[in-house]
Amino acid sequence: MDTNNMHPVMKWVEHRLPVFSFLDHSLGTQYPTPKNLNYWWNFGSLAGLVLVIMIVSGIVLAMHYTAHVDYAFNSVERIMRDVNYGWLIRYIHMNGGSMFFIAVYIHMFRGLYFGSYQAPRELLWIIGVFILLAMMATAFMGYVLPWGQMSFWGATVITNLFSAIPLVGDSIVTLLWGGFSVDNPTLNRFFSLHFLLPFVIVGLVVVHIWALHVHGSNNPTGIDVKSEQDTVGFHPYFTVKDFFGMGVFMIFYMFFVFYAPNFFGEPDNYIPANPLVTPPHIVPEWYFLPYYAILRAFTGDFFVYQIVSLGGLLMDAKLAGVLAMFASILLLLFMPWLDGSKVRSCSFRPIMAMAFWIFFLDCLVLGYIGGKPAEGIYITIGQFATFYYFAHLLVIVPLVSRLERPKQLPDSINASVLKAAE
Amino acid sequence: MSDTATPEQTAEIDDQSKRDFLFVSTASVAAVGTALAAWPFIDQMNPAADTLALSTTEVDLEPIEEGQSITVVWRGKPVFIRHRTAKEISEASAVKSADLIDPEGDAERVQKPQWLIMVGVCTHLGCIPLGQKSGESKGDFGGWFCPCHGSHYDTSGRIRKGPAPKNLAVPEYSFLSESKVKIG
Repeated sequence: MDTNNMHPVMKWVEHRLPVFSFLDHSLGTQYPTPKNLNYWWNFGSLAGLVLVIMIVSGIVLAMHYTAHVDYAFNSVERIMRDVNYGWLIRYIHMNGGSMFFIAVYIHMFRGLYFGSYQAPRELLWIIGVFILLAMMATAFMGYVLPWGQMSFWGATVITNLFSAIPLVGDSIVTLLWGGFSVDNPTLNRFFSLHFLLPFVIVGLVVVHIWALHVHGSNNPTGIDVKSEQDTVGFHPYFTVKDFFGMGVFMIFYMFFVFYAPNFFGEPDNYIPANPLVTPPHIVPEWYFLPYYAILRAFTGDFFVYQIVSLGGLLMDAKLAGVLAMFASILLLLFMPWLDGSKVRSCSFRPIMAMAFWIFFLDCLVLGYIGGKPAEGIYITIGQFATFYYFAHLLVIVPLVSRLERPKQLPDSINASVLKAAE
Repeated sequence: MSDTATPEQTAEIDDQSKRDFLFVSTASVAAVGTALAAWPFIDQMNPAADTLALSTTEVDLEPIEEGQSITVVWRGKPVFIRHRTAKEISEASAVKSADLIDPEGDAERVQKPQWLIMVGVCTHLGCIPLGQKSGESKGDFGGWFCPCHGSHYDTSGRIRKGPAPKNLAVPEYSFLSESKVKIG
């Protein structure tokens, strides 16, 4: 960085802590970025924006919240009714959770479509999966804090998942609860961890961006940057584009905050927690519905269960469902190796592109089924969609990626941009 | 002096195994020490003394008429106490163990056949089954029905249909007198 034109104060700082050249190389004119990035590349910075909003609104809410079973529900209602702008801050935080998952899911599907997980960005992708897991844990524990009926019963159902583990399952559940049921000790530790985990996410995001900056962003063609002609400086081109995206996204976000603040929520969570009455339909938040559908798909007669458990010998259906639910996310860690194609972007892999969209629809179907009661046709559809989810990752992706002959790639990013302009 | 090894070479050759031993033993002590120090930080999450102290409940059975059920709280969980009718008892003991998902005779589940005492928590994922109050669904086997994921329990609280793997748990309990029971 040219320090000669700097303000003397900046120059003084730069000499002792090179923060200005660091920024310039991270987000500035000196960070070369493929010039053909489309709008799907906005969702990383959008997720980062929501993370900051969640931390700021969360710290403020913690100033008014009481983590005790006798007071938690009322302290949240007090935030809604009495605390100055408390309603606004809570609705920002509540809907922020949904916005975070919307941004991250789009970010992930973008990565899947354009092959962003492929070499040399495998670790970048893997760190991203860990961010998703940390987000899920944070969101789950945050949902428990208002201590409504869904908080309590969601916590009960999810912590009980661990009881499926052979031999030590029940001891683990007691350890998680700090008692014999979800109770005050559980609420206290969830609050503590809900406060901690966002900062763990920040740490993971730093590593994620660090890994990103080693090889730079992937791009819609999926081909490597070959010359300076392929890139532009991150600033001002992508700072401006990211800010524009943030503006649009904030309109979408604030629409829910101001006009439909409980759209993503469950009315049952405005009933105080009652350990003796289970609500008729326990449903998780929308962003967990696909996994919940996979969990419930595993009944004794599900053919996939019959196969993986060797006809019921290896494990019961409950354990199989729990393992499948975790596997549905952990399998993503292996995407860089499940996909054996030498071409990244699905723009040049028509069969893979089709498989991608079917997989996308399958995830939506799983989400829909997860929100429905487990009866009749919903069970059959859920089981088929679960089967397809794993078939896509374990069979279709490995085979199609190795057998499909990709279309001709452009010579360079620059060439593809010029061709598109013609 | 020319045939004398330099001090560096001597050090490398002579005491390599001593250095290895010191390195391995120091690392082992550090690893074991760290593991021991971690235990209090894990065990603090287990139930505290005051939580454990509240772990028994006494119940007076006198007011429960035949055919009635009550729910009491024990360790933060509901316990179902049902005064079973003769019909329910005979239904429960007539079931063949081949028809059961988690085979268990009715006699093994009760101390006195008319009093069925069990933890009212579905063994699938911890919901509270319906069937305690009159008018609630009792499922296909006249016992209890869990609305969360559709598990049906019979008049002995045994799982008969649905995703739950086990029968409703029977807690430890003892009769203090004819009509008084201590759970836990």
